[in-house]
Amino acid sequence: MMPLVVEAYGVGKTFGSGSERTEALRGIDLQISTGDFVSLIGPSGCGKSTLLRLIGDLASPSEGALKVNGKSPGQARLDRDYGIVFQNATLLDWRTVQKNVELPLEIMDFPGTERPARARDMLDLVQLGAFAEHFPWQLSGGMQQRVAIARALAFRPSLLLMDEPFGALDEMTRELMQQEVLRLWEETDISVVFVTHSIPEAVFLSTRVVVMSPRPGRISHEIAVDLPRRRDDDTREQGRYFELITEVREALRRGEGNTT
Amino acid sequence: MTDRDEVIGETPTTDVLAAFESNLPGAGRARSLRGLIVQYLPAVIAFLLVILLWEGLTRVLGVETFVLPKPSEVIASFVQTAAVIWGAGFRTLVESLGGFAIGVTLAVVTSLAAARWVGFREGMLPLAIAANATPIVALAPIFNNWFSSTSPVSKMAVVAVVVYLPVMINTTRGLLEVDPAELELMRSLAATPTEVTRRVRIPRALPFFFASLKVASALSLIAAIVAEYFGGPQDVLGQYIINRANLFQFPDAWAGILVASILGVVFYLLVLAAERVFMPWHVSMRSTE
Repeated sequence: MMPLVVEAYGVGKTFGSGSERTEALRGIDLQISTGDFVSLIGPSGCGKSTLLRLIGDLASPSEGALKVNGKSPGQARLDRDYGIVFQNATLLDWRTVQKNVELPLEIMDFPGTERPARARDMLDLVQLGAFAEHFPWQLSGGMQQRVAIARALAFRPSLLLMDEPFGALDEMTRELMQQEVLRLWEETDISVVFVTHSIPEAVFLSTRVVVMSPRPGRISHEIAVDLPRRRDDDTREQGRYFELITEVREALRRGEGNTT
Repeated sequence: MTDRDEVIGETPTTDVLAAFESNLPGAGRARSLRGLIVQYLPAVIAFLLVILLWEGLTRVLGVETFVLPKPSEVIASFVQTAAVIWGAGFRTLVESLGGFAIGVTLAVVTSLAAARWVGFREGMLPLAIAANATPIVALAPIFNNWFSSTSPVSKMAVVAVVVYLPVMINTTRGLLEVDPAELELMRSLAATPTEVTRRVRIPRALPFFFASLKVASALSLIAAIVAEYFGGPQDVLGQYIINRANLFQFPDAWAGILVASILGVVFYLLVLAAERVFMPWHVSMRSTE
Protein backbone atom coordinates (compact mmCIF):
# COMPACT_ATOMS: atom_id res chain seq x y z
CA MET A 1 0.00 0.00 0.00
CA MET A 2 1.33 3.40 -1.03
CA PRO A 3 1.85 5.95 1.75
CA LEU A 4 -0.90 8.55 1.97
CA VAL A 5 -0.23 12.21 1.13
CA VAL A 6 -3.65 13.43 2.13
CA GLU A 7 -5.98 11.83 4.69
CA ALA A 8 -9.28 13.41 5.60
CA TYR A 9 -11.72 11.91 8.08
CA GLY A 10 -15.06 13.60 8.64
CA VAL A 11 -13.71 16.99 7.67
CA GLY A 12 -16.21 19.86 7.73
CA LYS A 13 -15.90 23.60 7.25
CA THR A 14 -18.39 26.23 8.29
CA PHE A 15 -18.06 29.94 7.54
CA GLY A 16 -19.67 32.67 9.63
CA SER A 17 -22.24 32.19 12.36
CA GLY A 18 -25.92 32.83 13.06
CA SER A 19 -27.96 33.68 9.98
CA GLU A 20 -24.72 34.23 8.01
CA ARG A 21 -23.68 30.67 8.70
CA THR A 22 -22.77 28.60 5.62
CA GLU A 23 -21.68 25.04 5.77
CA ALA A 24 -19.12 24.76 2.97
CA LEU A 25 -18.03 21.17 3.61
CA ARG A 26 -19.50 18.28 5.54
CA GLY A 27 -18.18 14.82 6.34
CA ILE A 28 -15.31 14.70 3.87
CA ASP A 29 -13.49 11.36 3.85
CA LEU A 30 -10.67 11.25 1.34
CA GLN A 31 -7.37 9.44 1.02
CA ILE A 32 -4.84 10.33 -1.61
CA SER A 33 -1.84 8.05 -2.18
CA THR A 34 1.61 9.13 -3.22
CA GLY A 35 1.79 9.55 -6.98
CA ASP A 36 -1.98 9.97 -7.37
CA PHE A 37 -3.43 12.63 -9.62
CA VAL A 38 -6.78 13.46 -8.05
CA SER A 39 -9.26 15.94 -9.50
CA LEU A 40 -11.95 17.54 -7.38
CA ILE A 41 -14.89 18.39 -9.59
CA GLY A 42 -18.30 19.83 -8.91
CA PRO A 43 -20.58 22.82 -9.50
CA SER A 44 -19.86 26.23 -8.03
CA GLY A 45 -20.29 26.29 -4.29
CA CYS A 46 -19.56 22.61 -3.76
CA GLY A 47 -16.55 23.49 -1.66
CA LYS A 48 -13.90 21.98 -3.95
CA SER A 49 -11.65 25.04 -3.66
CA THR A 50 -12.30 25.18 0.07
CA LEU A 51 -11.16 21.57 0.42
CA LEU A 52 -7.98 22.39 -1.48
CA ARG A 53 -7.38 25.41 0.74
CA LEU A 54 -7.81 23.25 3.85
CA ILE A 55 -5.17 20.85 2.53
CA GLY A 56 -2.87 23.83 1.92
CA ASP A 57 -3.58 25.35 5.35
CA LEU A 58 -4.91 28.53 3.79
CA ALA A 59 -8.00 27.87 5.93
CA SER A 60 -8.59 25.46 8.81
CA PRO A 61 -11.25 22.79 9.10
CA SER A 62 -14.09 23.36 11.57
CA GLU A 63 -14.30 19.66 12.37
CA GLY A 64 -12.76 16.30 11.55
CA ALA A 65 -9.15 15.23 11.13
CA LEU A 66 -6.98 16.24 8.21
CA LYS A 67 -3.39 15.15 7.62
CA VAL A 68 -0.93 16.03 4.90
CA ASN A 69 2.10 13.75 4.64
CA GLY A 70 1.08 12.37 8.03
CA LYS A 71 1.31 15.84 9.63
CA SER A 72 -1.13 18.62 10.36
CA PRO A 73 -1.66 20.83 7.28
CA GLY A 74 -0.01 23.72 9.17
CA GLN A 75 3.13 21.69 9.80
CA ALA A 76 3.16 20.50 6.19
CA ARG A 77 2.97 24.12 5.05
CA LEU A 78 5.83 25.15 7.34
CA ASP A 79 7.84 22.17 6.06
CA ARG A 80 7.14 23.35 2.50
CA ASP A 81 5.64 20.02 1.54
CA TYR A 82 3.44 21.45 -1.19
CA GLY A 83 3.52 23.93 -4.04
CA ILE A 84 0.33 25.71 -5.05
CA VAL A 85 -0.96 27.17 -8.34
CA PHE A 86 -3.94 29.50 -8.23
CA GLN A 87 -6.44 30.36 -10.95
CA ASN A 88 -4.51 33.55 -11.63
CA ALA A 89 -0.78 33.19 -12.04
CA THR A 90 -0.15 35.71 -9.22
CA LEU A 91 3.29 36.59 -10.49
CA LEU A 92 5.03 39.59 -8.97
CA ASP A 93 5.21 42.11 -11.81
CA TRP A 94 8.39 43.79 -10.60
CA ARG A 95 10.31 40.54 -10.96
CA THR A 96 11.47 38.91 -14.16
CA VAL A 97 10.18 35.44 -14.97
CA GLN A 98 13.42 33.97 -13.63
CA LYS A 99 13.20 35.97 -10.40
CA ASN A 100 9.59 34.95 -9.92
CA VAL A 101 10.61 31.31 -10.03
CA GLU A 102 13.44 32.09 -7.60
CA LEU A 103 11.01 33.65 -5.08
CA PRO A 104 10.32 30.47 -3.08
CA LEU A 105 14.03 29.62 -3.17
CA GLU A 106 14.87 33.03 -1.69
CA ILE A 107 12.29 32.67 1.04
CA MET A 108 13.54 29.18 1.81
CA ASP A 109 17.15 30.36 2.01
CA PHE A 110 18.53 28.28 -0.81
CA PRO A 111 22.16 29.27 -1.43
CA GLY A 112 22.37 32.22 -3.82
CA THR A 113 24.62 30.25 -6.14
CA GLU A 114 22.10 27.45 -6.51
CA ARG A 115 18.98 29.56 -7.14
CA PRO A 116 19.52 30.70 -10.74
CA ALA A 117 20.43 27.20 -11.93
CA ARG A 118 17.39 25.66 -10.28
CA ALA A 119 15.08 28.35 -11.67
CA ARG A 120 16.55 27.78 -15.14
CA ASP A 121 15.92 24.06 -14.85
CA MET A 122 12.32 24.65 -13.89
CA LEU A 123 11.81 27.13 -16.73
CA ASP A 124 13.25 24.61 -19.18
CA LEU A 125 10.85 22.05 -17.75
CA VAL A 126 7.87 24.28 -18.58
CA GLN A 127 9.54 25.24 -21.88
CA LEU A 128 10.01 28.90 -21.06
CA GLY A 129 13.81 28.91 -20.94
CA ALA A 130 13.93 31.63 -23.59
CA PHE A 131 11.74 33.96 -21.52
CA ALA A 132 13.75 34.04 -18.28
CA GLU A 133 14.52 37.75 -18.54
CA HIS A 134 11.02 38.82 -19.58
CA PHE A 135 8.58 40.46 -17.23
CA PRO A 136 5.24 38.76 -16.50
CA TRP A 137 3.18 41.34 -18.40
CA GLN A 138 5.09 40.48 -21.56
CA LEU A 139 3.76 36.91 -21.48
CA SER A 140 0.42 35.45 -22.55
CA GLY A 141 -1.95 34.06 -19.93
CA GLY A 142 -0.88 30.48 -20.63
CA MET A 143 2.80 31.36 -20.35
CA GLN A 144 2.18 33.19 -17.07
CA GLN A 145 0.47 30.12 -15.69
CA ARG A 146 3.44 27.98 -16.76
CA VAL A 147 5.72 30.32 -14.81
CA ALA A 148 3.44 29.87 -11.79
CA ILE A 149 3.77 26.08 -12.17
CA ALA A 150 7.56 26.37 -12.44
CA ARG A 151 7.52 28.48 -9.28
CA ALA A 152 5.37 25.94 -7.42
CA LEU A 153 7.74 23.12 -8.37
CA ALA A 154 11.03 25.01 -7.91
CA PHE A 155 11.64 23.69 -4.41
CA ARG A 156 10.63 20.12 -5.34
CA PRO A 157 7.58 19.70 -3.11
CA SER A 158 6.06 16.23 -2.87
CA LEU A 159 2.54 17.58 -3.44
CA LEU A 160 1.19 20.01 -6.02
CA LEU A 161 -2.11 21.78 -5.33
CA MET A 162 -3.84 23.38 -8.31
CA ASP A 163 -6.94 25.54 -7.92
CA GLU A 164 -8.65 25.79 -11.33
CA PRO A 165 -5.29 26.70 -12.83
CA PHE A 166 -6.49 26.76 -16.44
CA GLY A 167 -9.92 28.27 -15.84
CA ALA A 168 -8.94 31.58 -17.42
CA LEU A 169 -7.34 30.08 -20.53
CA ASP A 170 -8.79 29.42 -23.97
CA GLU A 171 -9.57 25.85 -24.96
CA MET A 172 -6.48 25.28 -27.11
CA THR A 173 -4.03 26.67 -24.59
CA ARG A 174 -5.84 24.68 -21.98
CA GLU A 175 -5.26 21.39 -23.76
CA LEU A 176 -1.58 22.19 -24.22
CA MET A 177 -1.26 23.03 -20.54
CA GLN A 178 -2.96 19.77 -19.56
CA GLN A 179 -0.43 17.87 -21.64
CA GLU A 180 2.34 19.83 -19.97
CA VAL A 181 1.08 19.11 -16.46
CA LEU A 182 0.82 15.40 -17.23
CA ARG A 183 4.39 15.42 -18.50
CA LEU A 184 5.60 17.16 -15.33
CA TRP A 185 3.66 14.73 -13.19
CA GLU A 186 5.29 11.77 -14.98
CA GLU A 187 8.78 13.27 -14.80
CA THR A 188 8.68 14.26 -11.14
CA ASP A 189 6.52 11.54 -9.48
CA ILE A 190 4.71 14.23 -7.55
CA SER A 191 1.16 13.85 -6.19
CA VAL A 192 -1.38 16.31 -7.56
CA VAL A 193 -4.69 17.60 -6.23
CA PHE A 194 -6.43 19.45 -9.04
CA VAL A 195 -9.60 21.52 -8.70
CA THR A 196 -11.59 21.98 -11.89
CA HIS A 197 -15.11 22.39 -13.19
CA SER A 198 -14.30 20.85 -16.55
CA ILE A 199 -15.31 17.19 -16.89
CA PRO A 200 -13.03 16.33 -19.85
CA GLU A 201 -10.12 18.02 -18.07
CA ALA A 202 -10.69 15.97 -14.91
CA VAL A 203 -10.91 12.69 -16.85
CA PHE A 204 -7.95 13.42 -19.11
CA LEU A 205 -5.61 14.32 -16.25
CA SER A 206 -6.54 12.18 -13.30
CA THR A 207 -6.00 8.76 -11.88
CA ARG A 208 -9.09 9.44 -9.78
CA VAL A 209 -11.96 11.88 -10.10
CA VAL A 210 -13.67 12.98 -6.89
CA VAL A 211 -17.17 14.29 -7.63
CA MET A 212 -18.58 16.79 -5.16
CA SER A 213 -22.07 18.19 -4.68
CA PRO A 214 -23.13 21.47 -3.11
CA ARG A 215 -24.97 22.74 -0.02
CA PRO A 216 -23.33 21.45 2.04
CA GLY A 217 -20.27 20.50 0.01
CA ARG A 218 -19.59 16.78 0.19
CA ILE A 219 -18.13 13.95 -1.83
CA SER A 220 -20.86 12.20 -3.78
CA HIS A 221 -18.84 9.82 -5.98
CA GLU A 222 -15.31 8.71 -6.61
CA ILE A 223 -14.44 7.42 -10.06
CA ALA A 224 -11.20 5.61 -10.79
CA VAL A 225 -9.87 6.54 -14.21
CA ASP A 226 -8.58 3.35 -15.78
CA LEU A 227 -7.03 4.97 -18.86
CA PRO A 228 -3.37 4.14 -19.48
CA ARG A 229 -1.09 6.37 -17.43
CA ARG A 230 0.57 7.85 -20.49
CA ARG A 231 -1.97 10.06 -22.25
CA ASP A 232 -1.85 12.20 -25.35
CA ASP A 233 -4.16 13.70 -27.96
CA ASP A 234 -5.20 10.18 -29.06
CA THR A 235 -6.52 9.58 -25.55
CA ARG A 236 -9.05 12.31 -26.19
CA GLU A 237 -10.50 10.23 -29.02
CA GLN A 238 -10.71 6.88 -27.24
CA GLY A 239 -14.05 5.28 -26.47
CA ARG A 240 -13.11 4.64 -22.83
CA TYR A 241 -12.32 8.34 -22.42
CA PHE A 242 -15.85 9.25 -23.51
CA GLU A 243 -17.39 6.56 -21.34
CA LEU A 244 -15.61 7.99 -18.31
CA ILE A 245 -16.73 11.51 -19.22
CA THR A 246 -20.32 10.24 -19.34
CA GLU A 247 -19.83 8.47 -16.03
CA VAL A 248 -18.57 11.67 -14.35
CA ARG A 249 -21.34 13.71 -15.91
CA GLU A 250 -23.99 11.34 -14.59
CA ALA A 251 -22.37 11.32 -11.18
CA LEU A 252 -22.52 15.11 -11.19
CA ARG A 253 -26.20 15.05 -12.15
CA ARG A 254 -27.04 12.55 -9.45
CA GLY A 255 -25.13 14.74 -6.99
CA GLU A 256 -27.18 17.74 -8.02
CA GLY A 257 -30.35 15.72 -7.55
CA ASN A 258 -29.43 15.07 -3.93
CA THR A 259 -29.46 18.76 -3.17
CA THR A 260 -31.74 19.48 -0.27
CA MET B 1 -15.75 31.57 -7.39
CA THR B 2 -13.74 34.31 -5.67
CA ASP B 3 -13.27 37.98 -6.39
CA ARG B 4 -9.71 37.18 -7.36
CA ASP B 5 -10.92 36.84 -10.93
CA GLU B 6 -11.02 40.61 -11.23
CA VAL B 7 -7.31 40.94 -10.69
CA ILE B 8 -6.60 39.54 -14.10
CA GLY B 9 -8.06 42.60 -15.77
CA GLU B 10 -5.19 44.72 -14.46
CA THR B 11 -2.49 43.07 -16.49
CA PRO B 12 -2.58 43.67 -20.23
CA THR B 13 -1.85 40.17 -21.42
CA THR B 14 -3.48 40.48 -24.81
CA ASP B 15 -1.26 43.04 -26.46
CA VAL B 16 1.87 40.90 -26.25
CA LEU B 17 3.41 42.18 -29.44
CA ALA B 18 3.20 45.82 -28.44
CA ALA B 19 4.58 44.93 -25.06
CA PHE B 20 7.58 43.24 -26.62
CA GLU B 21 8.26 46.16 -28.89
CA SER B 22 8.11 48.77 -26.18
CA ASN B 23 10.58 46.71 -24.18
CA LEU B 24 13.21 46.28 -26.86
CA PRO B 25 16.49 47.79 -25.70
CA GLY B 26 16.52 51.44 -26.60
CA ALA B 27 12.98 51.38 -27.94
CA GLY B 28 12.10 54.20 -25.59
CA ARG B 29 15.05 56.26 -26.71
CA ALA B 30 14.65 55.50 -30.40
CA ARG B 31 11.92 58.14 -30.53
CA SER B 32 14.68 60.47 -29.31
CA LEU B 33 14.76 64.06 -30.45
CA ARG B 34 12.01 64.05 -33.01
CA GLY B 35 9.65 62.19 -30.67
CA LEU B 36 10.42 64.57 -27.83
CA ILE B 37 9.79 67.61 -29.99
CA VAL B 38 6.47 66.25 -31.23
CA GLN B 39 5.51 65.32 -27.68
CA TYR B 40 6.32 68.62 -26.03
CA LEU B 41 5.67 71.01 -28.89
CA PRO B 42 2.04 71.78 -27.92
CA ALA B 43 3.09 72.61 -24.35
CA VAL B 44 5.93 74.86 -25.52
CA ILE B 45 3.65 76.67 -27.98
CA ALA B 46 0.97 77.15 -25.31
CA PHE B 47 3.56 78.50 -22.88
CA LEU B 48 4.97 80.97 -25.43
CA LEU B 49 1.45 82.07 -26.40
CA VAL B 50 0.56 82.85 -22.77
CA ILE B 51 3.76 84.89 -22.36
CA LEU B 52 3.12 86.75 -25.63
CA LEU B 53 -0.50 87.42 -24.68
CA TRP B 54 0.60 88.66 -21.25
CA GLU B 55 3.20 90.95 -22.78
CA GLY B 56 0.78 92.20 -25.45
CA LEU B 57 -2.15 92.81 -23.10
CA THR B 58 -0.07 94.64 -20.48
CA ARG B 59 1.27 96.89 -23.25
CA VAL B 60 -2.02 97.49 -25.07
CA LEU B 61 -4.04 98.04 -21.89
CA GLY B 62 -1.26 100.05 -20.27
CA VAL B 63 -1.24 97.94 -17.09
CA GLU B 64 1.01 99.54 -14.47
CA THR B 65 4.13 97.60 -13.49
CA PHE B 66 3.12 97.55 -9.79
CA VAL B 67 -0.07 95.75 -10.74
CA LEU B 68 1.39 93.25 -13.19
CA PRO B 69 4.86 93.67 -14.70
CA LYS B 70 5.48 92.78 -18.32
CA PRO B 71 7.27 89.45 -18.90
CA SER B 72 10.08 91.42 -20.56
CA GLU B 73 10.61 93.38 -17.33
CA VAL B 74 10.60 90.20 -15.27
CA ILE B 75 13.14 88.59 -17.57
CA ALA B 76 15.33 91.69 -17.44
CA SER B 77 15.29 91.58 -13.63
CA PHE B 78 15.85 87.80 -13.71
CA VAL B 79 19.04 88.32 -15.72
CA GLN B 80 20.31 91.39 -13.80
CA THR B 81 19.75 89.99 -10.30
CA ALA B 82 20.75 86.43 -11.22
CA ALA B 83 23.46 86.14 -8.55
CA VAL B 84 21.19 87.36 -5.74
CA ILE B 85 18.05 85.40 -6.60
CA TRP B 86 19.84 82.12 -7.36
CA GLY B 87 21.77 82.49 -4.07
CA ALA B 88 18.50 83.02 -2.22
CA GLY B 89 16.95 80.20 -4.21
CA PHE B 90 19.78 77.87 -3.25
CA ARG B 91 19.34 78.57 0.48
CA THR B 92 15.58 78.03 0.21
CA LEU B 93 16.18 74.81 -1.73
CA VAL B 94 18.50 73.54 1.03
CA GLU B 95 15.72 74.19 3.56
CA SER B 96 13.14 72.34 1.49
CA LEU B 97 15.45 69.43 0.65
CA GLY B 98 16.49 69.09 4.29
CA GLY B 99 12.90 69.19 5.53
CA PHE B 100 11.83 66.85 2.72
CA ALA B 101 14.49 64.30 3.69
CA ILE B 102 13.57 64.45 7.39
CA GLY B 103 9.81 64.32 6.75
CA VAL B 104 10.01 61.47 4.23
CA THR B 105 12.32 59.41 6.46
CA LEU B 106 10.01 59.77 9.46
CA ALA B 107 6.98 59.02 7.29
CA VAL B 108 8.49 55.80 5.92
CA VAL B 109 9.47 54.59 9.39
CA THR B 110 5.95 55.28 10.69
CA SER B 111 4.36 53.58 7.67
CA LEU B 112 6.41 50.42 8.12
CA ALA B 113 5.43 50.31 11.78
CA ALA B 114 1.77 50.95 10.93
CA ALA B 115 1.78 48.16 8.34
CA ARG B 116 3.41 45.77 10.79
CA TRP B 117 1.40 46.40 13.97
CA VAL B 118 -2.38 46.68 13.76
CA GLY B 119 -2.64 48.34 17.19
CA PHE B 120 -0.21 51.06 16.24
CA ARG B 121 -2.04 51.59 12.97
CA GLU B 122 -5.48 51.86 14.52
CA GLY B 123 -4.28 54.29 17.15
CA MET B 124 -2.21 56.33 14.76
CA LEU B 125 -4.10 56.70 11.48
CA PRO B 126 -7.19 58.60 12.66
CA LEU B 127 -4.88 61.04 14.40
CA ALA B 128 -2.80 61.43 11.25
CA ILE B 129 -5.86 62.01 9.10
CA ALA B 130 -7.12 64.67 11.52
CA ALA B 131 -3.70 66.31 11.54
CA ASN B 132 -3.63 66.20 7.75
CA ALA B 133 -6.75 68.36 7.63
CA THR B 134 -5.01 71.05 9.71
CA PRO B 135 -3.17 73.84 7.83
CA ILE B 136 0.21 73.00 9.22
CA VAL B 137 2.13 76.01 7.91
CA ALA B 138 0.30 77.84 10.69
CA LEU B 139 2.86 76.20 12.96
CA ALA B 140 5.68 78.22 11.41
CA PRO B 141 5.78 80.98 14.08
CA ILE B 142 5.94 78.31 16.77
CA PHE B 143 8.80 76.49 15.07
CA ASN B 144 10.59 79.84 14.70
CA ASN B 145 10.33 80.09 18.46
CA TRP B 146 11.49 76.51 19.09
CA PHE B 147 14.39 76.29 16.68
CA SER B 148 15.33 80.02 16.46
CA SER B 149 14.02 81.92 13.47
CA THR B 150 17.57 82.63 12.20
CA SER B 151 18.36 78.94 11.79
CA PRO B 152 17.36 77.04 8.63
CA VAL B 153 16.34 74.24 10.99
CA SER B 154 13.11 76.07 11.92
CA LYS B 155 12.14 76.14 8.21
CA MET B 156 13.16 72.53 7.72
CA ALA B 157 10.92 71.60 10.65
CA VAL B 158 7.90 73.22 8.97
CA VAL B 159 8.72 71.47 5.69
CA ALA B 160 9.20 68.14 7.45
CA VAL B 161 5.82 68.33 9.17
CA VAL B 162 4.04 69.39 5.98
CA VAL B 163 5.67 66.59 3.96
CA TYR B 164 5.28 63.94 6.64
CA LEU B 165 1.52 63.43 6.54
CA PRO B 166 0.77 62.88 2.86
CA VAL B 167 3.78 60.58 2.47
CA MET B 168 2.93 58.63 5.62
CA ILE B 169 -0.76 58.20 4.80
CA ASN B 170 -0.18 57.16 1.19
CA THR B 171 2.73 54.85 1.91
CA THR B 172 0.77 53.12 4.67
CA ARG B 173 -2.12 52.61 2.28
CA GLY B 174 0.25 51.15 -0.30
CA LEU B 175 1.79 48.77 2.22
CA LEU B 176 -1.66 47.55 3.25
CA GLU B 177 -3.40 47.41 -0.13
CA VAL B 178 -1.80 44.21 -1.29
CA ASP B 179 -3.51 41.68 -3.53
CA PRO B 180 -4.88 38.99 -1.16
CA ALA B 181 -3.75 36.34 -3.64
CA GLU B 182 -0.15 37.49 -3.19
CA LEU B 183 -0.49 37.22 0.57
CA GLU B 184 -1.84 33.68 0.17
CA LEU B 185 1.03 32.79 -2.09
CA MET B 186 3.47 34.05 0.55
CA ARG B 187 1.58 32.13 3.22
CA SER B 188 1.76 28.93 1.17
CA LEU B 189 5.53 29.43 1.06
CA ALA B 190 5.58 29.85 4.85
CA ALA B 191 7.11 33.31 4.50
CA THR B 192 7.66 35.35 7.68
CA PRO B 193 5.96 38.76 8.06
CA THR B 194 9.31 40.41 7.42
CA GLU B 195 9.66 38.48 4.16
CA VAL B 196 6.15 39.52 3.15
CA THR B 197 6.95 43.16 3.83
CA ARG B 198 10.22 43.00 1.99
CA ARG B 199 9.16 41.03 -1.05
CA VAL B 200 5.52 42.06 -1.56
CA ARG B 201 4.41 45.02 0.55
CA ILE B 202 7.30 47.36 -0.16
CA PRO B 203 7.33 46.81 -3.94
CA ARG B 204 3.52 47.20 -3.96
CA ALA B 205 3.76 50.42 -1.91
CA LEU B 206 6.32 52.07 -4.20
CA PRO B 207 3.77 53.54 -6.65
CA PHE B 208 1.87 55.07 -3.70
CA PHE B 209 5.11 56.27 -2.17
CA PHE B 210 6.30 57.99 -5.33
CA ALA B 211 2.90 59.53 -5.99
CA SER B 212 3.07 61.06 -2.52
CA LEU B 213 6.67 62.22 -3.11
CA LYS B 214 5.51 64.16 -6.16
CA VAL B 215 2.96 65.98 -4.03
CA ALA B 216 5.53 66.39 -1.25
CA SER B 217 8.17 67.87 -3.56
CA ALA B 218 5.87 70.76 -4.45
CA LEU B 219 4.63 71.09 -0.86
CA SER B 220 8.16 71.28 0.53
CA LEU B 221 9.06 74.33 -1.54
CA ILE B 222 5.76 76.03 -0.70
CA ALA B 223 6.24 75.28 2.99
CA ALA B 224 9.82 76.59 3.00
CA ILE B 225 8.83 79.88 1.35
CA VAL B 226 5.78 80.41 3.56
CA ALA B 227 7.91 79.63 6.63
CA GLU B 228 10.37 82.26 5.47
CA TYR B 229 7.58 84.84 5.30
CA PHE B 230 7.26 84.47 9.08
CA GLY B 231 10.72 85.92 9.61
CA GLY B 232 14.35 84.87 9.68
CA PRO B 233 17.43 85.55 7.57
CA GLN B 234 16.93 88.00 4.69
CA ASP B 235 18.95 86.13 2.08
CA VAL B 236 16.30 83.55 1.25
CA LEU B 237 13.67 83.48 -1.47
CA GLY B 238 10.62 84.18 0.69
CA GLN B 239 12.18 87.24 2.28
CA TYR B 240 13.54 88.45 -1.06
CA ILE B 241 10.07 88.30 -2.61
CA ILE B 242 8.48 90.12 0.37
CA ASN B 243 11.18 92.79 0.52
CA ARG B 244 11.13 93.58 -3.19
CA ALA B 245 7.32 93.71 -3.15
CA ASN B 246 7.39 96.10 -0.20
CA LEU B 247 9.75 98.34 -2.19
CA PHE B 248 7.38 98.24 -5.18
CA GLN B 249 10.07 96.41 -7.14
CA PHE B 250 7.54 94.03 -8.60
CA PRO B 251 9.58 92.76 -11.57
CA ASP B 252 12.20 91.67 -8.98
CA ALA B 253 9.56 89.95 -6.86
CA TRP B 254 8.25 88.15 -9.96
CA ALA B 255 11.80 87.13 -10.89
CA GLY B 256 12.05 85.57 -7.41
CA ILE B 257 8.80 83.71 -8.00
CA LEU B 258 10.20 82.51 -11.33
CA VAL B 259 13.22 81.04 -9.52
CA ALA B 260 10.91 79.31 -7.03
CA SER B 261 8.89 77.85 -9.86
CA ILE B 262 12.00 76.63 -11.71
CA LEU B 263 13.26 75.00 -8.50
CA GLY B 264 9.86 73.39 -8.01
CA VAL B 265 9.92 71.89 -11.50
CA VAL B 266 13.49 70.62 -11.06
CA PHE B 267 12.58 69.05 -7.72
CA TYR B 268 9.58 67.33 -9.30
CA LEU B 269 11.68 66.03 -12.18
CA LEU B 270 14.21 64.60 -9.72
CA VAL B 271 11.43 62.66 -8.01
CA LEU B 272 10.21 61.48 -11.42
CA ALA B 273 13.72 60.30 -12.30
CA ALA B 274 14.04 58.45 -8.99
CA GLU B 275 10.69 56.77 -9.68
CA ARG B 276 11.93 55.50 -13.03
CA VAL B 277 15.10 54.15 -11.47
CA PHE B 278 13.39 52.34 -8.59
CA MET B 279 10.20 51.24 -10.32
CA PRO B 280 10.99 50.42 -13.95
CA TRP B 281 8.28 47.73 -14.03
CA HIS B 282 5.36 49.97 -13.25
CA VAL B 283 2.37 50.04 -15.61
CA SER B 284 2.54 53.78 -16.13
CA MET B 285 5.99 53.32 -17.67
CA ARG B 286 5.15 50.51 -20.04
CA SER B 287 3.15 52.52 -22.49
CA THR B 288 4.79 54.52 -25.23
CA GLU B 289 3.57 57.70 -23.62
